[in-house]
Amino acid sequence: MAIEWFLVLSALLFTVGFTGVLVRRNPVVILLCLELMLSAGALALISFSRLHGDGDGQVFVLMVLVVAACEVVVGLGLVVAMFRRRIPLDVDAMKELKG
Amino acid sequence: MEAVAFFVGALGALGGAFAVVFLRNPFYSVLALVVHLVFLASLFLLLQAQFIAAAQIVVYAGAVMVIYVFVAAYVGGIEEPMFDSAPQLRIFGPILAGLLFIQISIAVLGSSLMGLGSQGVEQVEAGFGTPEAVGKLMLEDFMIAFEAASLLLLVAAVAAIVLAGRKKQSEGAG
Amino acid sequence: MNAASWGWLVLLFPLLGSVVIGATFRVLPARAAGMIGIGAIAAAFACGIAAVISLQGEPAESRHVADSLWQYASVGGFDIDLGIYVDPLSLFMVLVVTGVSTLIHIYSFSYMQSDAGYHRFFSYLNFFVFSMLLLVLAGNYVLLIVGWAFVGFASYALISYWYRRETATRAGMKAFVINVVGDIGLVLAAILIFRELGVVEYGAVFERAPEVFTTTNEWTAVAICLLLLVGAFAKSAQMPFHTWLADAMEGPTPVSSLIHAATMVTAGVYLVGRSHPLFELAPAAADVAAIVGVVTLLVAGTIAIVVTDLKRIIAYSTMSQIGYMFMAVGIGAYSAGFFHLMTHAFFKALLFMAAGSVIAAMANMQNIDKMKGFYKAMPFTAAMLIIGALALSGFPGTSGWFSKDEIIDFAAFRGGWYEVLAIAGYIGAFMTAIYSFRIIFRVLPGPPCEEARHLIETGHVVHGEPVNPATGGQEDTEVGYPGEDHHIAEQAPGMKVGMSVLAFLALVGGLVQIPGVTEVITHFLEPTFEDSPLAAMHPTAAEAWKGLAKGGAIALVGIAFTWWLYIGRPSMPETLRRTFRPLHTLFVNKWYGDEIVDFLVVRPFLGLGRFADRVFEPFVINGLTGGTMSVVRSAGGAVREIQTGMVRGYALLMLSGIVGIALYFLIRSI
Repeated sequence: MAIEWFLVLSALLFTVGFTGVLVRRNPVVILLCLELMLSAGALALISFSRLHGDGDGQVFVLMVLVVAACEVVVGLGLVVAMFRRRIPLDVDAMKELKG
Repeated sequence: MEAVAFFVGALGALGGAFAVVFLRNPFYSVLALVVHLVFLASLFLLLQAQFIAAAQIVVYAGAVMVIYVFVAAYVGGIEEPMFDSAPQLRIFGPILAGLLFIQISIAVLGSSLMGLGSQGVEQVEAGFGTPEAVGKLMLEDFMIAFEAASLLLLVAAVAAIVLAGRKKQSEGAG
Repeated sequence: MNAASWGWLVLLFPLLGSVVIGATFRVLPARAAGMIGIGAIAAAFACGIAAVISLQGEPAESRHVADSLWQYASVGGFDIDLGIYVDPLSLFMVLVVTGVSTLIHIYSFSYMQSDAGYHRFFSYLNFFVFSMLLLVLAGNYVLLIVGWAFVGFASYALISYWYRRETATRAGMKAFVINVVGDIGLVLAAILIFRELGVVEYGAVFERAPEVFTTTNEWTAVAICLLLLVGAFAKSAQMPFHTWLADAMEGPTPVSSLIHAATMVTAGVYLVGRSHPLFELAPAAADVAAIVGVVTLLVAGTIAIVVTDLKRIIAYSTMSQIGYMFMAVGIGAYSAGFFHLMTHAFFKALLFMAAGSVIAAMANMQNIDKMKGFYKAMPFTAAMLIIGALALSGFPGTSGWFSKDEIIDFAAFRGGWYEVLAIAGYIGAFMTAIYSFRIIFRVLPGPPCEEARHLIETGHVVHGEPVNPATGGQEDTEVGYPGEDHHIAEQAPGMKVGMSVLAFLALVGGLVQIPGVTEVITHFLEPTFEDSPLAAMHPTAAEAWKGLAKGGAIALVGIAFTWWLYIGRPSMPETLRRTFRPLHTLFVNKWYGDEIVDFLVVRPFLGLGRFADRVFEPFVINGLTGGTMSVVRSAGGAVREIQTGMVRGYALLMLSGIVGIALYFLIRSI
């Protein structure tokens, strides 16, 4: 398969993830959609790595994995903390940034 | 043969993605993401990134998703209310995202970047995608990135402990 | 020590005196303050004499020294130095100013004795002398303006010296405002001078002026001179800037005699004399000066004949005599004009001092209709008054006779339309005799009035209720000024000393300028005016003596007429008043000068102020600032709507931004 297919697929996965971020209200699900976006990026990296025959892209996918893991840890830590403090798990309810 | 594998993997990944977004129950969304990741790993295999595919399954689908499952179970899968507080988002979000997809596709397909239409480099060197190759690259060329990533992991661990630690005052507050 | 160093010392002593008295006023005993004040001015006088001696040692062509302490400012080729210019003219003014000031300081030593603001008085007076000296010694137009402004301030401070009196403070403000109008003219003139000639220093200006203004009466030269005249007229109380001088009589008598008779009001004459090269290049402006001088001379004379306040009569007389001086420097009779300046300083200061004595005896009342028979009560004061009046009228032999007629002679000598000026001068002389002897024949002879009788019988001055002499209203003297005691010359040695010296000078001072015989002043001032063709010509001695005879005759006739009016037929004044009622009203109301100024100047400005306050400020300025403010506020409010606090909304915005940018790049790459 030509590389372009993989890239277009990656774009599609990215937009689906972004839509999820915009549409869902549960913070856990939003984080999941963020993971989707990250994995779409990883797919693109792997595709380009294959295109150039260079292993750099694969190394960076590892980095993406690490970053995703850290982000998940912190994000879920926040969700747990929110849950413990009986704050409703709804991003729309958290409006302290309102100007 | 390869095309079939690609389409199976692509459809699976897409299906998982859509499921994550559109399933109401967060627990089901988590499971859908696991499925998505497995199919994504198959796509990686097609691109001759064996090690990465395996690492993805083990680390991502294995460890990270397990954390998600734990949290989803702990927090509970509350069904989201049907009516959004901002209905515009339900409409404009997908529209704009669709626009973005179209733009990126145009950029990719219309790009004069060489070789996108091909399958890539004809002959990849031997050992492309093997753990040795990735490890060699990581520890020789990308040492700093590697170390930085470790530091990041440390920070995240500390953050997790701080965030989730039980504080005597905050127990039962709110 | 060259003349310039003496010049700096002349400036230094009064300044030191003022500062020392002002700084130590709480601890310094009153008499010491007076002594320091007198000493400072006397020292300045001595330095002036030393400077003259040093200067006369030089040959005539180089009898001018310019010296500068440091550079005031150097801006883009415009250099201003803190520099003085010592030449015969400035030293002449220095001697007149310091000499008369010393005598007045001695007079004030006794006159102001019971006043609680004694130190303030001497500090201000010393500062005034310093400013006046700065004005006459200044070496460039900028420093002249500095001295000019200081003098204006000193005048204001001294007029409103008794600052609890509302009339006094108002008079001070009036004087200051009119002075500032003159200052504007002066500053504009200096700017024009710089623009045309590129320098402001006297020597350089007078050298370059003929090179730049090649034809006579070029409009810039005329403009410069007219602007200088605006300043001069305002300072010297000539029409139309004359309304402040009468009100300035609110100040204490020594102030009136020093500032408003002898020195400050002559600053305008000095200015014209100093700038004579410019005026000779613009004879039109010089003619304006002469005409204004003559008009003021006549108008002020008519007013002085009818007003009844003693100090105001003398004030209008000052205005009139300065008109003579302006006439003189306007037609080119420079040494005559300055000679008259000197003699006028003598007899006018003397008259004011004597008037002060009389007013003190009248418990601060100044209406001459109420004064009678002081001849027996105060013989010394009476003698001083008579001497002053004789000199003022130009009685043959007195200094006034020589000086006034020299001016009129020159006018007649120049011929042409200047003869009209000469005739006006004679009319003015006649009026001068009338109003000066009006004072004498009212105040001195006849049965003593109540206050005079009190003085004769008890030997003490009457203690009346403290009233404001202008309005007659009750005054608050709790603050200590004006002091409760009034001092008359017979009982105060300081006053006697000051007045006697001036009387002597008023009688004898004319002898320095006897036509054909002495002419000291003309020779002394020659180096300053040697570049002037006008100064070179003067009438022959024979013609001068003819003029003197005419002048003396007019004076005698005037005195006789006045005697007949007030003593021969005492009912005549009343009859005349009734017959010429409209004229009398016109004169008594000072030719409605104050009313005209009020109508033409004050009301428009008040209207402008009201307009600014009621219309411009709320609508335009507040509208502009408030309007801008509300626009910004509403814009901010609109932008604030974006900050909904909803995170997903922010994400949407971000997405739309990304889409937009991607669109832009896509389109660009097509």
